[in-house]
Amino acid sequence: MAIHIRTPSIFRPTTPIDQSVLTENRKLVEEIGRRGFLRGAVSLGALTMLTGCDVSEIDSVQKALRAVSAWNDGVQQTIFRKDHLAPTFSPSQVARPPRFNAYYPIGDVKPLDGATWTLELAGRIGDKRPWTAQRLYELPEQEIIIRHICVEGWDYIGQWSGPNLGDFLQRVGADLTAKYVYFICADDFTESIDMPTALHPQTILATKYAGAIITDPFGYPLRLRTATKLGYKNAKWIKAIEVTNDFRDTYWSSRGFNWFAGI
Amino acid sequence: MAQLAAASRVYPAHRLHPLPVRIMHWINAVAIFIMIGSGWKIYNDDIIFSFLRFPDSIVIGKWAQYGLEWHFFGMWIFVLNGLAYLCYGIATGRFRRKLFPISIREVFVTIGEALRFRLRHDDLTHYNAVQKVLYLGVMIVGILIVISGLALWKPIQFSELANLFGSFQNIRLVHFFCMSAIVAFIVVHVTLALLVPQSLLAMLTGGPAIDDDATGRAPAVSKVETTG
Repeated sequence: MAIHIRTPSIFRPTTPIDQSVLTENRKLVEEIGRRGFLRGAVSLGALTMLTGCDVSEIDSVQKALRAVSAWNDGVQQTIFRKDHLAPTFSPSQVARPPRFNAYYPIGDVKPLDGATWTLELAGRIGDKRPWTAQRLYELPEQEIIIRHICVEGWDYIGQWSGPNLGDFLQRVGADLTAKYVYFICADDFTESIDMPTALHPQTILATKYAGAIITDPFGYPLRLRTATKLGYKNAKWIKAIEVTNDFRDTYWSSRGFNWFAGI
Repeated sequence: MAQLAAASRVYPAHRLHPLPVRIMHWINAVAIFIMIGSGWKIYNDDIIFSFLRFPDSIVIGKWAQYGLEWHFFGMWIFVLNGLAYLCYGIATGRFRRKLFPISIREVFVTIGEALRFRLRHDDLTHYNAVQKVLYLGVMIVGILIVISGLALWKPIQFSELANLFGSFQNIRLVHFFCMSAIVAFIVVHVTLALLVPQSLLAMLTGGPAIDDDATGRAPAVSKVETTG
């Protein structure tokens, strides 16, 4: 315990206190410290009850919960069946329009201009030339009618089409042995998926919903649609794709939602 | 001293609730608390019944992600502890001795006695027919809540399992009703444990010594009581 002598003050004696008082009463001082700590812990507990503060927000608790969540990422990676197809449905079951969800309300969506928009490529990709919407929309399309499941609990059946992500990554010479595919979005949203999910047959870069070009709230001109992840992993308004081996937290994972988010 | 040590070694197996059962019971209590509290938080994000939203003061997790974090942490404790309990109950013959046979006639007789407040509970070591049905029932519900939970967590990876429920929302319903059944069980279970405090005490200390035919060992309780 060091006592710093700062500038003179009317509240501080000019001659320093004899330090031996601390060593002589060390035991007592420590006892007070311990009691204070206990009192603090008790009142913190009481505060938690009264104000609705959350024990989950305590650093060590949150750290432990995040560690379990990371462990769960590994478990999900292990049980992921790369060739197992999600159930598909008939066009008559498709919800029109799809259900909107983002980290802000639908009124705050900022539409993108398809004529000037380009898709940038970064990281472990051979051909990094940007793609215009026109070129992307000319690629062979795949249609999937799959269930969208939100982490909140709701679901709907959607009919999505666009280039298969695995085919696209292959076309641009991406390193398919890399670990992650990142999506950087126009609304400052970020998401990333593991490579096995990116290469899953039902993972597409969606450009259409129910046969028509997707509208602004649902990610025009380009969004991700994968059958094996929760809704929030499906990045909308994508402006860049990066293939990398470096793990970085994404918009939702940095806020405590599970990163892998497989279904 | 040697006698005492030997006696304490065999002691737990001869109690109404051997030590492993007590440990697993209280671990389960904590796990259930976490699972239900966080499950209510998750439910609130997309309610199933318009009349039901759990008050913020009784859910675990202020934000959705905290509820999810707790739920997917608690599930490991609940499942691993539950598996250990089932294995223990089957392997030691505890389930067979305590829960079977169940007589339907006896169930009705016991309900009648309970309604007339004539239910005898001086013998903790013997479960009446209603207790047997409830304990067996809550175990089956416990298994079903894990199966429906697995289907909810991974409806695509375990699509064969999820398909058995018909639709995704059906899985949520089953999971919800299992939770409701467990909550109802807990209300009855805790009320009765408080009404018959020696049953609560037994789950802490082990309870009275019993002479189990199945183990073929003599009760060790007298020895311990004299030496203790």
